[in-house]
Amino acid sequence: METKEKIIEKILLLVALSSIAVLGLITFFIFEQGLPLIWKIGPKAFILGQKWIPSKGLFGIFPMIVSSFLVTLGALSIGIPLGLACTIFLCEWSPPSVGTVLRPAIQLLAAIPSVIYGFWGLVVLVPLVRNYLGGPGLSILSGSVILGFMILPTIISISEDSLKALPPSYKAGALALGATHWQAIWRVLMPAARSGIVASIILGMGRAIGETMAMIMILGNAVKMPTSFLDSARTLTTNIGIEMGYASGDHRQALFATGVVLFIIIMLLNSLAIFLSRRRTG
Amino acid sequence: MDNKNSGFPNADCGIGDRGKATTIGNQCQGRSNKGILFEFQQTGTACRRFKKSLSPLPSPSRREGLLCRWKLVFENYFGFGIWNLGFLIGLLFIFLVIQLNIGCERAKVGITVAGSTSVEPFAELLAEDYMSRNPQSHIYVQGGGSTAGIEAVRTHAANIGMSSRSLLSEEKDLYAVTIAKDAIAVIVNPKNLIRDLSLDQVRQVFSGKIKNWGELRSPPHPIVLVNREEGSGTRESFQKFVMGKEDIALESLVQDSNGAIRQVVSNDPFAIGYISLGLVNEKVKTLNISEIEPTLTNIETGKYTLVRPFLFVFNGEPEGEAKSFLEFVLSPPAQELLSKEGLVAIIHPSNK
Repeated sequence: METKEKIIEKILLLVALSSIAVLGLITFFIFEQGLPLIWKIGPKAFILGQKWIPSKGLFGIFPMIVSSFLVTLGALSIGIPLGLACTIFLCEWSPPSVGTVLRPAIQLLAAIPSVIYGFWGLVVLVPLVRNYLGGPGLSILSGSVILGFMILPTIISISEDSLKALPPSYKAGALALGATHWQAIWRVLMPAARSGIVASIILGMGRAIGETMAMIMILGNAVKMPTSFLDSARTLTTNIGIEMGYASGDHRQALFATGVVLFIIIMLLNSLAIFLSRRRTG
Repeated sequence: MDNKNSGFPNADCGIGDRGKATTIGNQCQGRSNKGILFEFQQTGTACRRFKKSLSPLPSPSRREGLLCRWKLVFENYFGFGIWNLGFLIGLLFIFLVIQLNIGCERAKVGITVAGSTSVEPFAELLAEDYMSRNPQSHIYVQGGGSTAGIEAVRTHAANIGMSSRSLLSEEKDLYAVTIAKDAIAVIVNPKNLIRDLSLDQVRQVFSGKIKNWGELRSPPHPIVLVNREEGSGTRESFQKFVMGKEDIALESLVQDSNGAIRQVVSNDPFAIGYISLGLVNEKVKTLNISEIEPTLTNIETGKYTLVRPFLFVFNGEPEGEAKSFLEFVLSPPAQELLSKEGLVAIIHPSNK
């Protein structure tokens, strides 16, 4: 029997390792395909280059890096206040009956496929932006608003869990010391749950920077440096998504190289997030 | 006996799929659904099975005892019975057989046509018609883009590549057949008052030199350019016919299909774009180029110049199913179908 258990253990270990192997293979493949091109045209020309004209051999992705950050920033500036306000309401004020309706509804937001968000944005939001604010409507602003809604469920569910996990004595103690309800929330509960809230924001950011389908439909995909929030833009992910089907040769490799940059940015962001949340709680 | 250390984390006696058991000391005693009474210890190392003679069953052989042990081990570990697993494997096997069958069928008579998204809708129509005439044939039409289609033919991933542009010099080793011609229409929103632009004006608009409709004798408003992505056959043809050496402005919006461009232009009163003439509908307005309307007659007489070939690309001489499909596409009824859909036929049934 002991040997049989060992065998089963080994099989399970193998299964677990295979998922890591897949990650390793993907990483290897992206770098193997992308790095040669980056060396060929020079890392500086690739990352800081202003022009992306593959037919002329110009591969500069700086406008896309900037656009990626702008869109993510826009999404966070909409998603964080909305998400945290919703979390606090759910945890502290909502009557149970409202909570039982709200929570599944918020979870449902996460279940909507991104192409539906994109379509809704294209049909409803884009004309609104075009008619009332000007520009083509397919813009960073429209993209940010849609992304802001898309990251809401991530932010709300994780930060709500971290608020709920706090010992009840925190709130009781604050109230006993004469704090108002709001003071207890803002000065005691929120700082205590900070690491969970930061984690929720980072995860939301990850979703925002990686979103592709909805952004292809809403951003307009123009390859130039955006000068305002009403300008069309192209993010790193949409650059890959929109040109993959037609690319070949250097162009295809340049798209993999875009993937390399995206990969590194996401790794940096995640390590920063882990570092920050550990330092604050530790 | 401590359950936690027994090696069976959830091996408490109870009701299972196959029977009921109750705890007696450190042993389980149970009755299987088949009426066999048995006992076993929860040690994880021993699963002794005793047949208690309640039902008139023969004494189990050593093999049956072993089977019981394995079944118990299995159920305790995975939470489902070995027969369920057998059922699943059987199901998988059936699926596999079905898949193999389909695969064989496909290998026998199916061909794949892949490439330009501009040609794709027409190729689908043709394939449908062809398959209704030859029910034993299968033609799989896929998109992906002109360049991808040509690449697919080269690597034998597809039998026929569709291209909406002429072959580049490094692609000349492939065998290309023009199946029809298609015009590129410059489109604007129906609310736009402009009806006509010269080729030079179109070029200046798309290169970003003219940025406002006001410069074209229209109510002033910034022009919104809508462009195809790099690698698109439509874009390459537009670049060749209209732009020449000039670049399309980087400010232009980029959409990845004819349909997406049509969608944007039909929503935005200040947008201008270009799509395949066969895909123009009532939601957008085509512009005349230097007073010449993109009609079939003007294209055939060569007055309207933004015309490109739709190609079928082969790796070597076409043969077998691919050849008979090509012959069908070039036949009068198929060409008639194409011209009904807005393309320019290369063979005129009426002239024959």
